[in-house]
Amino acid sequence: MIEETLIPKVGVITDIRKDTPDVKTFRVVGTDGKKLFQHMPGQCAMVSVPGVGECMFSITSSPTNMDYMEFSIKKCGCVTEVLHAMEVGQQITVRGPYGKNFPVEEDFKGKDLLFIAGGIGLAPLRSVINYVRHYRNNYGKVVIVYGARSKDDLVDIEEIQTEWMNEPNTEVYLTIDRPQDGWDGHVGFVPAYVKELGLDPNMTAVLCGPPIMIKFTLAGLLELGFDKSRVYTTLELRMKCGVGKCDRCNVGDKFVCKDGPVFRMTELDELPDEY
Amino acid sequence: MLKIAKERLNDLYAKIAQTQGLFLPVKKAGEVNYCVWSEGKEVSLETLKTVKSPKNMFFPQTENMMKFKTEGKNIEVIDVRESFDERKPFVLFGVKACDYKAIEVLDKVFLADPVDTYYQNRRENTTIVTLACSKPEESCFCGVFGIDATAPQGDVTTWLDENYLYWQANTEKGESLTAQVEELFEKGGEEEVAAQQETTKVVLESLPYANLDLSRFQPENLNELFDAPEWEKMSEACLGCGTCTFVCPTCQCFDIRDFKTRDGVIRYRCWDSCMYADFTLMAHGNSRNSQMQRFRQRFMHKLVYYPSQNDGMYSCVGCGRCVNKCPQRLNIVKVIKTLGGKNND
Amino acid sequence: MKEVELKMKERAKALLESGEVARVVGWKKGDFCFDPSPATFETVDELNEFVYDYFCGANLSKYLIQIAKKEGKTAVFLKPCDTYSFNQLVKEHRIDREKIYVIAVECLAKLDIEKIKAAGVSVVTGVEVVDKDVNVSSPYGNVTLYKPDVVLTKCATCNKTHQVKDEEIILHQRPAREVDRFAEVVKLENMTPDERFAFWREQLSKCIRCNACRNVCPACSCVKCVFDNPNSGIAAKANDDKFEEQLFHVIRAFHVSGRCTDCGECSRVCPQNIPLHLLNRKFIKDIDTNYGEYQAGETSEGKTPLTSYTESDIEPNDAVNGEAK
Repeated sequence: MIEETLIPKVGVITDIRKDTPDVKTFRVVGTDGKKLFQHMPGQCAMVSVPGVGECMFSITSSPTNMDYMEFSIKKCGCVTEVLHAMEVGQQITVRGPYGKNFPVEEDFKGKDLLFIAGGIGLAPLRSVINYVRHYRNNYGKVVIVYGARSKDDLVDIEEIQTEWMNEPNTEVYLTIDRPQDGWDGHVGFVPAYVKELGLDPNMTAVLCGPPIMIKFTLAGLLELGFDKSRVYTTLELRMKCGVGKCDRCNVGDKFVCKDGPVFRMTELDELPDEY
Repeated sequence: MLKIAKERLNDLYAKIAQTQGLFLPVKKAGEVNYCVWSEGKEVSLETLKTVKSPKNMFFPQTENMMKFKTEGKNIEVIDVRESFDERKPFVLFGVKACDYKAIEVLDKVFLADPVDTYYQNRRENTTIVTLACSKPEESCFCGVFGIDATAPQGDVTTWLDENYLYWQANTEKGESLTAQVEELFEKGGEEEVAAQQETTKVVLESLPYANLDLSRFQPENLNELFDAPEWEKMSEACLGCGTCTFVCPTCQCFDIRDFKTRDGVIRYRCWDSCMYADFTLMAHGNSRNSQMQRFRQRFMHKLVYYPSQNDGMYSCVGCGRCVNKCPQRLNIVKVIKTLGGKNND
Repeated sequence: MKEVELKMKERAKALLESGEVARVVGWKKGDFCFDPSPATFETVDELNEFVYDYFCGANLSKYLIQIAKKEGKTAVFLKPCDTYSFNQLVKEHRIDREKIYVIAVECLAKLDIEKIKAAGVSVVTGVEVVDKDVNVSSPYGNVTLYKPDVVLTKCATCNKTHQVKDEEIILHQRPAREVDRFAEVVKLENMTPDERFAFWREQLSKCIRCNACRNVCPACSCVKCVFDNPNSGIAAKANDDKFEEQLFHVIRAFHVSGRCTDCGECSRVCPQNIPLHLLNRKFIKDIDTNYGEYQAGETSEGKTPLTSYTESDIEPNDAVNGEAK
């Protein structure tokens, strides 16, 4: 039998962490207890629950983690609802990795990096942030701006507070949309916060979050003097095959599954506005 | 060149079918589609356009891909091809020049890395016998895409006239099929074929769609074409059905779905249509909300996106099925005429 | 027909110029003589493309569901059979009647280009109708066909007359004619169950599940069809030559029963020419038999047999056993 990309591998959920009221992080390994496959930061995998469906998720864990993969998944549809109801030990299927990764070995090397995320948008960024932390000497200063609706909606807050905030040459700025008891940090939307912070426009920026946040944050960055060719984001569209054949995730002549999900803002400018 | 009398075609089919599957245009309940041949089937080689193209021989409308058996928390994945001989050879007979070209269009998608092995298995084990056209109709415009309807490619090329089917092998696969059936043939036919080609070419050149201008469909015009105000009017009567997509020989969008059976979950794929409202629907929204957007996607894909991804090759072959079958008479020609270039009257 | 077209264009022009309507829904010219498409005309200039001929078979009623939501009034040309669909949609509150200005037009039976081609004319460059003669010009040789042989299936047994009274009628109202639209249904009824199963099995096995029948059907006006709803548990796109799949058509026929006006669009649009209208007609015939004669869409008001209960209603078992009242 020839190997077929559409036929998935079986994965076992070895840990489930409840990050926020509607986001859980699933740790997955193969049935042999080893990592299912290698990937690069920003790449995705098709995760499925047989009988329910198959969906594309970004791989949240860093490639430098050689033991397992993690997926941070927000409950918002049929498949995610079933995933959220699962227990440790449950098997699922996984295939991948798919898509283009962040240019961590090319364009990012030696640069100061700015990561801006909103809500579940942290998922794809966590992979690249931890990759950069692993190879810390290859990169300059790291600034992370992360916002969510409330303090309870901040994904991976423990890792952020215990690890990222203590990383040398790294600044972490957190914000929530509205004031809340027990929160003495910044309050306000991400785009406004980014402008307030007066960030250095020579940094290479990566944006990830809801479309509306990306739109306004990008406008803010441009005002600060950032160059679009050094701003990256990720797109998300309906996918079935993950390999550029089922023809539904295209934006113009680019497939999000194959040519994305990571796009440079200048690349997006050349594509029709249909995402 | 070889030839066989028309009344002996049934012997030819029977001979081929002895050793392998044979698919050809068959009339059933009044309509002609590609079906597996067996004695007694009403073969209709004369039919210019089968309703469905032969693409479903390689890319079936519905196809089981794998099975999942679940027990407690465990899952077993079974490749369903293990349970039957996926590499059974077959012959696809009577393929017109446009439909043959369409298979090349599909190859670029399914055989590109990572190869779709379901498609590849069938593709590699097929011998394609094409049939030249002798009575093209007004909805035909294959010539616009550089296709010669009188000399289709394929492993074997055939021509049909009142009396004979003429046969010429082009490839090794074609030679090997010829060797199996040669005893039924006699030599000759060059002159008849040349004469038929000449007559047909005159008709082809005089067809109303013979000179469509595609010059504006270039990757560099992608955004300009996408933003063209004409899409709104062109698509207003679109019903959002999948007729054009499903009769199209090059449309290859598919869906992957799961089906629960008592014996486990079957994951199958089936044709899908970018004309359908739920095609791009996600849990949190839809990137193509209006029928205009979906209509635009289909034609932009065929005339701009696909060529941009495949060295300028269009993913329309001018078969004219959509011209004949759209319930409300919208079609790719009307799009080409509106947006294709200055030389479309 | 040219004369009718001219009158229609004049009316459309006057209505647009006076501002009485914001748009007119009709048909626009295609590339050939046989491929007009439904279209909206918003300016007098656009009316240059307006056409009304023997190939304007499409029923425009269903488009009005969306169009009536637009700003301003919309004028629409409706053929006799289309007026039934229109009434039915008004009755089901799918179309805001106040927003529509109906102009009823004569039909005289529309032609089916596939039937003309099947009669042996593979390239058609012109079609002229003179009474019962259809003169077809073709570079392969001109032919004259007998009109009743090449009309749309839905027109062959049509006895409909205009059912919209408060607006205007262009040209004369054709008197209802005597046709037996149930002859084909009776033929199917007279088959043995096995024969009938075989008939439908063969016909429905051609289905490519393109949904054209559903999407064109004025009675299929659900905002989200159960077959498209991923949460329904029966959403499917696959065409599968299994009986379960063929149930799509049977379920659809059940769902539109009592509301189907027999406009015949389902059969007109089917790319595989499956006689889908016969499923609906069987229901219509049964309703006639069991509840008294009823024609959906004859009016836009009143009760319907399948949605109103009376004590004298036939018992289900009697209906199954064919013991009509």
